[in-house]
Amino acid sequence: MTSPLQPPPRKNPQKRTHSPMRPPEARSRAAIGLTAAAAEGRFALQVCEDCGTIQYPPRDACQGCLSSELEWRDVSPAGKLLAETTVRTSTKLYFRERMPWRMGSIQLDAGPVVLCHLHGDCERGGNVTILNRLDASGQGVLLAVPAERTEHMEDDPHMRALSADPKHRRILVTDLRNPNTPALVKALLGAGAATVFVGESENWRPHPNREELSDLENVSVLPLDVTDTASVQKLAGEIGGKTDILINNARFMRPGGVLERGDTAFAREEMEVNYLGLMRLAQAFGPGMCARTNDGVNSAVAWVNILSVHALSNTPDYGCFTASNAAAYSLSQSLRGEFRSSGLRVMTVFTGPTDDDWYQPLPPPKVTPNALARAVVSGLQQGLEDVWCGDVAGEIRDRWRRDPKVLERELTQAGEGA
Amino acid sequence: MGKRQSYDGVAVTAPFSMPYQRYSIETAHWWIAGALRGSLRSAGLKPADLDGFSVASFTLFPDTAVGLSQHLGLCPRWLDHIPMGGASGVVALRRAARAIQAGDADIVACVAGDTNHIDSFRNMLSSFSRFAQDASYPYGYGGPNANFALLTDRYMQEYGAEREDFGRICVAQRENALKNPNAVMKKPLTLEQYLAARPIADPIALFDCVMPCAGSECFLVMSVEEAVRRNLPFATIGGTIERHNAHADDPIQLRGGWTLDIDELYTMSDCTPDDIDLLQTYDDYPVISMMQMEDLGFCEKGAGPEFVRSKDLTISGDFPHNTSGGQLSGGQAGAAGGFIGLVEALRQVTGTAEDTQVVNARTAMVSGFGMINYDRGVCTSAAILKKGGKS
Repeated sequence: MTSPLQPPPRKNPQKRTHSPMRPPEARSRAAIGLTAAAAEGRFALQVCEDCGTIQYPPRDACQGCLSSELEWRDVSPAGKLLAETTVRTSTKLYFRERMPWRMGSIQLDAGPVVLCHLHGDCERGGNVTILNRLDASGQGVLLAVPAERTEHMEDDPHMRALSADPKHRRILVTDLRNPNTPALVKALLGAGAATVFVGESENWRPHPNREELSDLENVSVLPLDVTDTASVQKLAGEIGGKTDILINNARFMRPGGVLERGDTAFAREEMEVNYLGLMRLAQAFGPGMCARTNDGVNSAVAWVNILSVHALSNTPDYGCFTASNAAAYSLSQSLRGEFRSSGLRVMTVFTGPTDDDWYQPLPPPKVTPNALARAVVSGLQQGLEDVWCGDVAGEIRDRWRRDPKVLERELTQAGEGA
Repeated sequence: MGKRQSYDGVAVTAPFSMPYQRYSIETAHWWIAGALRGSLRSAGLKPADLDGFSVASFTLFPDTAVGLSQHLGLCPRWLDHIPMGGASGVVALRRAARAIQAGDADIVACVAGDTNHIDSFRNMLSSFSRFAQDASYPYGYGGPNANFALLTDRYMQEYGAEREDFGRICVAQRENALKNPNAVMKKPLTLEQYLAARPIADPIALFDCVMPCAGSECFLVMSVEEAVRRNLPFATIGGTIERHNAHADDPIQLRGGWTLDIDELYTMSDCTPDDIDLLQTYDDYPVISMMQMEDLGFCEKGAGPEFVRSKDLTISGDFPHNTSGGQLSGGQAGAAGGFIGLVEALRQVTGTAEDTQVVNARTAMVSGFGMINYDRGVCTSAAILKKGGKS
């Protein structure tokens, strides 16, 4: 049985903060297919298009028929524990400071045998489910958990290390004025967050979210204007050393493409908030978070950006806003690379149109604040990199993967004229 | 499958082991040169007399046998580089023997050696194989200890082996090693000490693991006429086998590729397990030695634990096994670990083993096992050596 994770004691500032450590990162190109699936929380293996053989470890030619047509497909995660060991010595520092380390050999129902991390509640000969999760190096690794849920199972140290679980962590949500903020804050508190800081810009302008949030326990509303470098730096000076997860939900949006607007005023605002705001936050909070990724139960763990799914492919109804989101998406990828050596995760939440005033003219389905909040929390709990929130986001993703040019053509349809 | 040709007319001679060191500031090149020189000297040969050269090493990078031939000033007309780790000794032998029979070379030196710097083992692990990098090391980075812990765990569940059974192998080898002045381990080991040792990767504990070290081993292969003309004590080859990636569908390795070829080995060698005077198994972990005793026909599959309980595995016992102390007590010098048993077996059947000599040793079996590419050893090999010359 997993013992429940206790809130960490106050940090002793005289003690050395442990340097970030990472498990092995090197992988072959084929093996990164496992990582790509883990980024979305799926368990996939290579399946031969010609003879159907399921392969593992990842390879470049089928072990059954030598075909090179190997596709990553979701397969059954069920299996049985064949053999186990508790590793007590390792030449890799990441594991060395986390010993003893339990791992095992699993016979998958799907065929192959996999070596994997073992959840503490797995029993010899027992049935297990394989989870494919990103580790601190940002690579997909397999964790066997008991087939039946066990109490506090998320608090198992192996499982916790493969997540960005909000439990006991301190979280900054950057924009009090976003309609999704109250739901987001409540969901994080519900998931066990220790504290939620909420950034509020222009606090002389009243906003109903303020009252709703400042009444909540463990929530503190603090001044933050992401378009103002001094404001961002000031807040980072105050709480940067205790921000474990940063959720950037700051958003400035107006409808319209280039020709509808006539000038660049709104576009400049969109870039200031959606793109440069992200950059300012990263420059102010990033280094401190990167230094605290090995800081125990409430280590810094994740950076979250919430973006329109049209960052992948523009929709001219919101053409300029979407362009700023594409810029932010690209910057997220850069941050992923820049944070990599520290183990700090970057999670991008791609959402379809949200159910708020700025998307009012669009037909349903729309993403409710609660749905978005659930997606953020479950993405953190699973340690995902890419979260697709809502039916529209899922559909755009699938069409984009099938053929980006076809999607672009369809999204830029002019409609029937006279 | 056609009948394989015999190894008649081939002599194996001039076994030489460089005394191992825990850590060395020298290179693999240095170690290999030392062993080669030792073998040549003992045979009264000069480097220029060699026309065949076979190398096994993990730490030669960026060189291979090619770079080494220029480095050492050799001019072979037959050159081989064998990347098979623990199976490399027998594989080097069988290839060299065929070169001699075919006349592609007259005198082949087979050498294996590796150095061990402070960080060598860690570095070797990190670039060992693609499958290990992708699918084994990310899970605790226990290296081969973790892989063999899983095999041992499963073997114990399946066949009822106890830790004591593995301990018997280790304790007997230590007793043998105490008679070998070059063994790295020099202190006696009791079963109690074995059982009480620090756990490494359960159920594997300290004395189940080999100590990585620096060292090298060499032997020469030539025609019987050549060996007789030079008045060298030599062994002949009864038979040899090798096999790779056998039993790939077994969910976990409880048997090796030997099982596919062992009958042929005995038939070719015209003998049975009862005729084997001593056995040199590849012993990076005792479970593998036990598996070899089964797969090489000394007992039934799963009867290994009972077999080691009923036999005395020391030099003077009724089943002499790893008479120089093997790798478990002699140390594992990288690829030389694939040669240690073969070179010792040569000493045994040529009557030159000195303090570790088994009385009347005429027929020896040597077996190799190598390369944990992912979850199991991929390469297996074995050979039967017989005392050469007039009997």
